Amino acid sequence: MVRDLVVIGGGPAGMTAGSAAAESGARVLMIDEGVAPGGQIWRPGVHSSKPRAARRAIARLETSGVEVLRSTSVVDAWREGDRFMVASETRGIGREIETSALVLATGARERFLPFPGWTLPNVFGVGGAQALLKSGTSFRGKRVVIAGSGPLLLPVAASLARASAKILIVAEQSPTANVVRFAASLVRRPLTIAQAVSLRASFLSTPYATGTWIVAAQGDTTLRSVTLTDGRSTRTFACDVLCAAFGLVPNTELARLMGCAVEHGAVVVDGRQSTSVPGVYSCGEPTGIGGVDLAVVEGEIAGLAAIGRQAPNVLLSRRERHRRAAAQLDRAFALRPELFALADDDTMVCRCEDVRWGALDRRWTSRQAKLYTRLGMGPCQGRVCGAPLECLMNWPADSVRVPTQPARCRTLVSRPSADPLPMNLSEPGVR
Amino acid sequence: MSGTIEIAVNGRSLRVEQGTTLASALLNAGVGAFRRSASGETRAPLCGMGICYECRVTVDGVAHQRACMIVAEAGMRVDTQGGAS
Repeated sequence: MVRDLVVIGGGPAGMTAGSAAAESGARVLMIDEGVAPGGQIWRPGVHSSKPRAARRAIARLETSGVEVLRSTSVVDAWREGDRFMVASETRGIGREIETSALVLATGARERFLPFPGWTLPNVFGVGGAQALLKSGTSFRGKRVVIAGSGPLLLPVAASLARASAKILIVAEQSPTANVVRFAASLVRRPLTIAQAVSLRASFLSTPYATGTWIVAAQGDTTLRSVTLTDGRSTRTFACDVLCAAFGLVPNTELARLMGCAVEHGAVVVDGRQSTSVPGVYSCGEPTGIGGVDLAVVEGEIAGLAAIGRQAPNVLLSRRERHRRAAAQLDRAFALRPELFALADDDTMVCRCEDVRWGALDRRWTSRQAKLYTRLGMGPCQGRVCGAPLECLMNWPADSVRVPTQPARCRTLVSRPSADPLPMNLSEPGVR
Repeated sequence: MSGTIEIAVNGRSLRVEQGTTLASALLNAGVGAFRRSASGETRAPLCGMGICYECRVTVDGVAHQRACMIVAEAGMRVDTQGGAS
């Protein structure tokens, strides 16, 4: 069966896109890596109920008739005539799906920056700790340091505190003035500030330090302590858990694989959420970090556009409003240059292949670094080290190779080869 | 409150709450290392959402499965990789 639309990603953007298209009568399949729709922000918890918006979106998805393929990774996607093919894998079982249009709603991941000790067990991302908490990890009685950047730090601290963790400090790298200016801008969004107040109230005894960032984590086979600085003095906290991440990065691998234009790390879309490749649409975080409200609006527009419908004007103006708010957020939490100089020669940069900072040479291109050291060539395919190396080395993201996720040979054997020439021998400096 | 199920971790039986991912089950059981890295470091989950592949374990004999993306099911056999425990 040929689908009218395949939506890749089951977060707020993907769910909304799929629902909107299916409600107009289209045959829609949504592919999601998660065990249940919701993505990261609406991830169902073992011990917590989902927010009302999430429950509404899930109910809408169910009644709209969208077919959902759970626990499924997309390993390849390509054009075949006027159709698209999507190769997927569900718990080791491969499957190919044919569709007239595609919506890429692949979400975002956290930006990690290498610092001494960041590979120790019990060092998590900030959203990472939240995801683990929701999936059943107990933080009861754990002494937790949260150090990073962005609006995620406080809500995560609050949910860990509710789970009986002891939050020692929340360190935001952005200077006080920026955070205050941002907080003031929230006055125009009363619900958000009400939420912020209730979050703050739930862990009032926790210090929130702005202009403070991580220097190193210490431990032998597991985390023992964390050192923070405000640029003048350092302080070391004995702790059991460190949550460290520096904002979000759009997941653009599939878009790049399909040849969609990407600028400043985000998929380029027009007013209808169409990418530069006709028939391929994108919405939510891949088009630029904007949060759940923007993702839902973009999803609605993309879902309608992908089956040839026009979105109502009210959605277009709502999208503009959310995009302006997102730009404000970006400025408030811009990363300070000190964060790009935390790694010493011994610090792992590529965790998959164990490539240390000292093994890299600034004069190389990212391709050369791959060839000489295997940087970014492990299972995560540069998803973790790629973003910091763009900041640290000015190495742009390298081309995406098939499979985009590790897959079993059985899933891949029936596939036509989509891999171009393995290396460009004309690249300067390649011996 | 949901019930519990039984899985086997490195051959030892472990009771875990229903709905828990393998990553959470192992962390709660005090498993400090999910795998050994290329140079022998102990590693455990980082991203919690299927991006980093640090939590990979062997599930029912199939290697390199992301523990954070799989919900524990009764009777599952989970083995940490590369002699990590």
